[in-house]
This record gives sequence, structure tokens and C-alpha cells, in this order.
Amino acid sequence: MLDNFLNQFWPSTVDGLALGSIYALIALGYTMVYGVLRLINFAHSEIFMIGTFTSLAVVGAFGFSEIGGIALVGVVLLLALAGGLASGASAVALEYLAYRPLRKRGAGRLAALISAIGASLFLQQLFARVLIPWWFDVPQEKGALPVQGHFVVREDVFAIGDFVVRNDKLIIFLAAILMMVALDQFVTRTKLGRGIRATAQDPETSVLMGVNIDRIVTATFAIGGAMAGAAAALYFMRFEETNYFVGFLLGIKAFTAAVLGGIGNLRGALVGGLTLGLIEMYGSAFFGSEWKDVVAFSVLVLVLMFRPTGILGESLQQARV
Amino acid sequence: MKLGTSALRLIAMAGVASLALTACGGEDSGGGGDVSEVSIGVMGDFTGENSGIVLPIKNAVQLAIDNYNATSPETKIVLKEYDSQAKPEQATALAKKAIKEDKIVGLVGPAFSGESAQVGPVLEEAGIPSVSASATNAALAENGWKYWHRVIADDDVQGAGLGAFITTGLAAKKVFVVDDKSTYGQPLGATVKASSESGGASTQTDSIDIKASDYSSTVNKVKAFAPDAIFFAGYYAQGGKLLKQLREAGVTGKFLSADGSLDPGLAKGAGTKNADGALIGCPCLIDPEGTAGDASKTFAEAYKAKFNASTAIYSAEAYDAATVFINAIKAGKVTPEDINTWIATADFAGVSKQIKFQENGEIAADDVYIYKVTGETLPLLGNAKTVKDE
Amino acid sequence: MSTLEKAKPAVKGKQQPLRKVTDLFGDASDRARDWWGVQTGVVRWSVYLALIVAALFLPHAGIGSFMSPHSDWQSILFYPIGGYILLAIGLNVVVGQAGLLDLGYVAFFAVGGYTMAVLGKIWGWNFWEIIAVGIVLAALSGILLGAPTLRLRGDYLAIVTLGFGEIIRISATNTDSIGGPNGIAGIPHPPNVTDWAVPANGLTEALDLDGLKPFTYGALDTRPYYYLLVGAIVLTIVLAKRLEHSRVGRAWAAIREDEDAAELMGVPTFKFKLASFAIGAAFGGLAGVLYGSQATSIIPEDFPFILSATILAAVVLGGSGNIPGVMLGAFLIAWIPERVRGVEEYRVMVFGAALVIMMALRPEGILPSRQRKAELAEGSGGMGAMGAEVGGPGGSDVEIEVKK
Repeated sequence: MLDNFLNQFWPSTVDGLALGSIYALIALGYTMVYGVLRLINFAHSEIFMIGTFTSLAVVGAFGFSEIGGIALVGVVLLLALAGGLASGASAVALEYLAYRPLRKRGAGRLAALISAIGASLFLQQLFARVLIPWWFDVPQEKGALPVQGHFVVREDVFAIGDFVVRNDKLIIFLAAILMMVALDQFVTRTKLGRGIRATAQDPETSVLMGVNIDRIVTATFAIGGAMAGAAAALYFMRFEETNYFVGFLLGIKAFTAAVLGGIGNLRGALVGGLTLGLIEMYGSAFFGSEWKDVVAFSVLVLVLMFRPTGILGESLQQARV
Repeated sequence: MKLGTSALRLIAMAGVASLALTACGGEDSGGGGDVSEVSIGVMGDFTGENSGIVLPIKNAVQLAIDNYNATSPETKIVLKEYDSQAKPEQATALAKKAIKEDKIVGLVGPAFSGESAQVGPVLEEAGIPSVSASATNAALAENGWKYWHRVIADDDVQGAGLGAFITTGLAAKKVFVVDDKSTYGQPLGATVKASSESGGASTQTDSIDIKASDYSSTVNKVKAFAPDAIFFAGYYAQGGKLLKQLREAGVTGKFLSADGSLDPGLAKGAGTKNADGALIGCPCLIDPEGTAGDASKTFAEAYKAKFNASTAIYSAEAYDAATVFINAIKAGKVTPEDINTWIATADFAGVSKQIKFQENGEIAADDVYIYKVTGETLPLLGNAKTVKDE
Repeated sequence: MSTLEKAKPAVKGKQQPLRKVTDLFGDASDRARDWWGVQTGVVRWSVYLALIVAALFLPHAGIGSFMSPHSDWQSILFYPIGGYILLAIGLNVVVGQAGLLDLGYVAFFAVGGYTMAVLGKIWGWNFWEIIAVGIVLAALSGILLGAPTLRLRGDYLAIVTLGFGEIIRISATNTDSIGGPNGIAGIPHPPNVTDWAVPANGLTEALDLDGLKPFTYGALDTRPYYYLLVGAIVLTIVLAKRLEHSRVGRAWAAIREDEDAAELMGVPTFKFKLASFAIGAAFGGLAGVLYGSQATSIIPEDFPFILSATILAAVVLGGSGNIPGVMLGAFLIAWIPERVRGVEEYRVMVFGAALVIMMALRPEGILPSRQRKAELAEGSGGMGAMGAEVGGPGGSDVEIEVKK
């Protein structure tokens, strides 16, 4: 066990950071919506799924193939833009259709959670049963199968002993860090960002201070969705395939990452995502891949026992007593 | 015994009811002893996620029964379809409906092992014979069921055959076995591991998660072990992804898998460049060109003519399974009990193999065939006992 | 209560037609409950009795041909319908009464199922003995999960329970001594209590009960199991009701409404939260034992996360905190997908959309607990409201205030 762990340490570290970066970007959507609405947006995983299909469509439409080197960065940028737009728009539509009516009736969070689960099932099945069969012209029963679009040439960027870094993994990591920094700046420095923070802290007071809550909520969903769309583009570049339930497991993991880092906290999403990615890879190397999720959830419980609000705590809102 | 009689009474009861119903429908059934028509069921996932490999089964059964009915026999067969979507609790509910309302005398299926495990006791208690064309889980035969049969070799036979092929046909010394922790993959992987080890190879194992996409922890392990052969016990949707990630990480060992991955989807998922040369084993015979023999050729042509598609996985076996019932009915057996007794003595040349059952319902033949991925096709390479790759 | 009545007419003025329908339904159920509230014990008990007797006649083939034309009604009546109802009553103790969000409830169902399988198949125990052990083990696992985690609040608890459910399922998959992914097959049926059969005559034939052996457990006839399950459900309802009106139930309500206030008023919140976990888990374990022995084989995949979510949806859809509501919710959630098998491939899609629409129309559930409904009208549900709940300028809440 220890042998395995030691001789796979560096490859595990690289893969853990690449995986964790994707978790972190998806976790942003959970964390922002949670910060503002106190809602676990279960349908966020389907927002991500929509992003992966957008990437697939763009790759198909432009006929990309055998892309490597610096051109890959450009293509990923394009995919991220398209994915961000599609996912951001879907997230806003989702809020408008599934959550806003509940909010206007003053419904409890539990009702919103069920609505989210319903929306998640609906979107998954919409893709599996209607959109995928229509789009790829396959019989309906094949709608559940993965669809692919191969276009990436993988090459090693640099290698120091076992520490081999491949182009796709490097792009994912750097892109995630860049987007995090940009978002952090946006939330701390712009007027809209201040509005989001104010609403997260105290919705009633922010209304009295003239914040238009509906606009803030829309913006929150748009930003969270766009980040998931960008994550989807990176995911698609890495694995070049998707299916209708692609978001399910990633969504649960990303939410775990958000809680691990401290839900409602943007930097917490990054820390939580990367930590979770590394835990999974190290845990797999140590105990075998089948115990990956058990290790991840056990670490989550342990962390929460000692830090009940996650590694960095809740800071987008006030810390709860 | 006690249970059996009570069940029989129930069936008889349901039978009377259904006869009354058909009488209302205007059909002349002519009393209880009439045998101008019996019902055979076919059960499997026809609309769910795995329906791609079950629909050829349904088609082949349909073909066999239509051909039989076209000969205007004394006792016609009505085919009833039961779409279980591979979900055990749906399958049991449907089986009960089939027994009580549709009064089937035999069932082709269930297609998968999971549903078979739960449907088995129901059929057993009702005394309805079943013949599956595709449920290969080895443990199914250990339940002591008297009415259960399959026309395909189980996963232990397949695993042992493949393990022997890996160590002798491929002469591999280091084998890495990856399973998908499914009811199918885990025991199959364990058998391949055991038989590779008894063939003198050293092994290592790891598992992947069906719902995940990132298999890099498994890939890292394989890479560190640097095996001659990698065996994947699981389905093609994951097999393709795994193969792709292995090759992209620079792993070069021979990639093998079994019937769950016997699908062009493997090459699509991995990319043809990565998949070329992968070897897939299966206890089933897929022979759309009809090169394996005359029966196989006739069947392939008839299937193509009727469904405008080539024969696919398990279609030959399903045709044989349906033929078991047809032959029994031809021999004048029309009650479930008589049919089951007849099946125990069955011995005829089917499309896929000689059809002859062991005491526990297993097929006697133990052939495993190897298919080689070439582009997006899977031509037959030969029987695992004799064939060598290159 | 009074705020509710005052606020209502004002809201109604600007509502869409669909909402009027649901409000009409709400009014009707309010009236029914007002009536119920003033009835004497005799009337109440005869209604209870009538309901139980009605439940016994439910497996009738005539009802089945309408309720489930596509599959075997009696099997569906046992599971998912009956099973979901029992699970929902158990989860309601945790979510509806104590207000703790549990996303891993299926774990206790699994513990019950595996207890039945391991003790029954491998150790050869008797079903009636196992039932007690299964309940105790499930309750213990509830305490085991609760002890380290119940100090967490709200959604932290939710994700930890979700993780616990996954840990149980994955560990079962990875443990070869309990069958790994193939689970355990050949679980014994309960020993027959008596082989007595309902005599066949005109009356029993009309009731579709002739030849039924209600205490003979086999694979083919699900009805004996169904009667067993009805018995279990009745017992759990009685127990849950007694608890609700006891000191424990009041403590749960206090925790649900405001945990800090409850703690300050001297309610040992941790102890009572743990109790709700243990009791909810025990009900889940009971359901698991029954399910395992009827299905005769279980695999880890019988206990996925989505089942936890489905049961939670049943509780909330029916009306969290109110047992008849919760049972109705569980029935609908189990039954609708079976009934609409006609539209086969779209059924889960329809189900998802129905959840969203139902929640938008009646966020408090179909038959909500009246106390909870009143809280809702005041703007904060027991589970806590969504953030940003304040209506912006022009929002309905503000309008109500103005008109009042």
C-alpha cells in the first residue's frame, strides 16, 4: 500500500490537481447560490452537463481535430466562452422557472431543494430521451450512451523525474486559478459584487439599502452557471466525451468540495476542490480506487468535526453562530 | 412441494380468469384443454440504457417464433414481451403478471443476471421453465433451480478461457486486471485474475467507478506495473474511456476485455487509433457473414432480411433459446411441467452451439470466442482454445 | 393562525387560475381537518379501522387493473408503494419533526436489508428474530452516524449524511464476504405462521381473496408480505403519533423552530436530535428487513443516493411533518412512475417536471402540517427559509403588508 502510494505520488499529485480544479470551478456555482439563497442547487450538475454538450457541439461545428500546442489554448478559450454562455443562460432560466416562483411565495428551503431535484431529473431525462437521440440521430434507447468528439493531441509540457505535466492538465489547472482570481476580484471590487456580498450577508438590510434582490440572484446564477460552463469546456478537453449523467457524480463531489472548503466562501471552493482532488488520488493510490469515495467522505466528516464550517469557514456571508 | 401446489392452484385460477377474458374478447378458445395456442415470454431491457444489447435478443426470438408459426403448426406460439429495463423489482412484477395473467409456458430471459437472480425464485415457485440467452453470472446456477436454464457459458467459463488465452495464446507474464465493481465485472475479473495466476503470470488489480470519467488513479497504477496484458472486466462505455486514458498515458500492453465490451462503442469511445488490436472474448458467437457453418449462415441471412440489420451480440443464442421452446412444443409438450422435462433431455444442433443442458441448467458447451477490434468493427478471430494473436 | 386567515384573501386577488385550484383543494382539506378535530374517539377509531380494512382489500385485481395496467399490482403495492410509505414515515421523524436534513436515509434501509440477508442466509436465523435485530442495528447505525455529526448545522449535516449513505453502499460493494457487488441471493422467506387458506366462496371470490394464504410466505404471491407491511406501517404510525404528542415530540418541534432558543430553554438538543436519528433509522431498518426477505436477493445498487432523494421528495411533496400527507406523497411518488408506464421513456422526465410544478404550486406540500403551513405564511418555514426571501419592491410580501 505504502509502496503504491510512494511510487505513484507525483502522477497522483498532477492528476489530483487537474481533477480538483474542475471540482473547484463547479463548486463555485454551488457556493455562490448557497451564499445568496441558502439553497443546495442540485440542478447545478445539469448546468455543467449542458456545458459539456455545448463544447461537443462547438468541436463538431468547427470540425476541430488533432489540436495541440498553443492552438489548444485558443480552442479551449472558445469552448469555455461558448460553454459559459450556454450554461450561464441555462442557470438563469432555471432560477426563473424553478426557484423564483418558490421564492416569491416565501417557500421553505426544503421545498426549493425538492424543486431542484425535480429540475435535475427533468434536465437529465430531457437530454437522454429527447435531445441526444434527436441531435445524434440515434434510436431513443441509445440516448444514454456516451458521445465523443476527439480533437486533442496530448503532449508532455515538461517532466522532472516522475513529475510529468501534460498539456491538457496544465491548461486545466492554470485556467481554474485564473478564473478564481478574476472572480474573486469581481466580487470584492465591482458594484454588482458588493451587491452579491451584501445580499449574502443580510438580505433584508440590503433591500432597505436599495439592492435589487432579483437582479442579484440572476447575476449569481449567471456567474455560477458560466463558471460551470467553463469547467465543462476544460472537462471536455480532458476526456473528450460526455453523457446525460456526466454531472451527477461531479456535482456531488463539487458540493462536497464546497462544504469542505467552507460553503459560501469563494476561496474555500478553490481550496476545497483542490484538496478533494488530491485526497481522492492519494486515497486511490493507497487503498485502491474502489475506496476513493469512502476516503473522500471520511475526510470530509473528520474536517467538519474539527472545523464545523469547513477549512476556510463561511465568509461570503457572515459566519453563523 | 407444498408451495408448488399452492402456486399451481393460483395459476390455474388465473388461467381460468384469463380464459374467461379471452372468451369475452370473442376469441374461440374452446375450453380448458385447448392447446391451439401457447404463450412464450421474452424479458429484458428493451427501452433502458442497455437495450442496445437486448434488442437483438428480442428480434431473434421474434424471428424464430414467426418462422415457426408460418409453418401453420398444430399449436401456435404467441410471443409476449416484458420490458424490465434491467431493473430487478420491475422484472419480478412483470414475471408475476406473465405467470398469473398471460399464463406463459416458458420464458426467454431475463436478459441480465441481476434481474435473473430475483425472477428465478418466482419462476421456480410457479414452475415455469426459463432459458436465458445472455445472463452469464456464474452464481445463478448455484441456486438449485429446476426450471432455470441458459444457452450461454457462464462468466467462470469465460474468465477461465480468457485467462488461459492470456497466458498461453498471448504468453503474457504480467497481467493487470481492472474491474468495474458491477455484478458482472467483479466476479469476471476475479476469475480472470485467478486463471492468469494459475497460468504462471503475476497480477495486480484495481477498480473503476462506472459513473466517473476520470480513471487516472487506475491508469497510474497500470503504468507503474507495466503489464504485458490489461484485462478489463466491464462494459464498453467505460472500457472505451479506460482504454483511451491508458493509451494517452503511454501504456502499451495488450488490451483485452469480455462480452460486456463486445461492441463498436468500445472503439468509438477510445478512438480507433487507441482501440485497434484490442481483443474481446465472448462465449457467444457473432457471425454476420455466416462463416461458422450452414446453420449460422441461414440464420444470419434470415435475420438480415427481416430486420434489415446484421446479427448482433446474443442474437444467435436467443434464437437457440427460442428454438428450445419451439422444439418442445413441436414434440407435443404444451404445459410448463412437460416442457421443462423435455428441456432436460434436449440435445440438438443450434445455431451457436450444440444445445444440451447440464443438471443445473447450464449449457454443456464451454467455447469462448475471441474478436479483434479493427477500426470500428469486431471480426471473429477464432476459438480461444486454439487461436493466437498474430 | 390568525395571520394566515387575514393574509389569504389579499393574496388570492392576483393569483393565477391553477393556484386557485390548489387553494380550493387546501380549503377543502382545511375543512376536513376542522371536522376531524372535533370528532370523538369513537368516530376516529372507526375511521382508523375502516382505513385498515380498506388497505387489506387493496390488492384486489379489479383495483389493480386500473391502478397498474402495465405490471403486477400486488408486487407494486408491496414495493415501491408500501415500502416508500414506511420509509417516508421514518424519514418524516427526522426531517418533518426534528427538522434535520438527511440525504442519506437509504443507508438505514440498506442496514436492514443486509441484516436480513446476512443473518437469514449465512447464519440461518429466523425472520422474526432478525426483524428485531435489524431494527436495533439500524438504530445503532443512526446513533453511530449522529454522534459525531449532529453538532453540525443544516446543510453541513445534509452533505455528511449523503456521504454516509455512499460510504455504506460503496463499502458493501467492496466487501466480498457479503457478496461484493453481487450482494446476497437466496434470502429465506419468513417461516409460515399457518397454512390456513381463505375458503373459496362467492364472497371471497368477489373480493379476489379465494385461495389466499395470508400467512404463507412465498415468491409468487406478494399479498402475505403486503399484509405484514400494512401491519408494520400501522405500528409505526401509532408510534410516530405517540411520539409527536409526547415530550420528545415537543422537544423536536422546538429544535426545528429554533435550535438555539430550544437549547437556551433547557432542551438537551443533542440528545433529542440523536433520538430522532435513531428512531427514523429504526423505521428504515424495519423496511429494509421486510424488503430483503421479500426480494430474496439484494445488491448494493438497490440502495443508491437517488432513493434517499426520492423518499425526501415524498416527505416534502406530501407535507413534511404531517403523517397522512407524507403517506400520500410516498404513494404518489411510488405509484405515478408505475402508472405512466404507457409513456415509458418519458416517465422520469414527467416525474421531474411534476416535482417542480407541484413545489411551485404548493410549496408547503399537498397535505401540510397546519402548524408548518402557518409558519410558512409568516415567511419562515421550520427548516429555515431561503435567503433573499424578502420580496423586492413590488414583491407580493410587501403588497400584503400595505393592504393590511
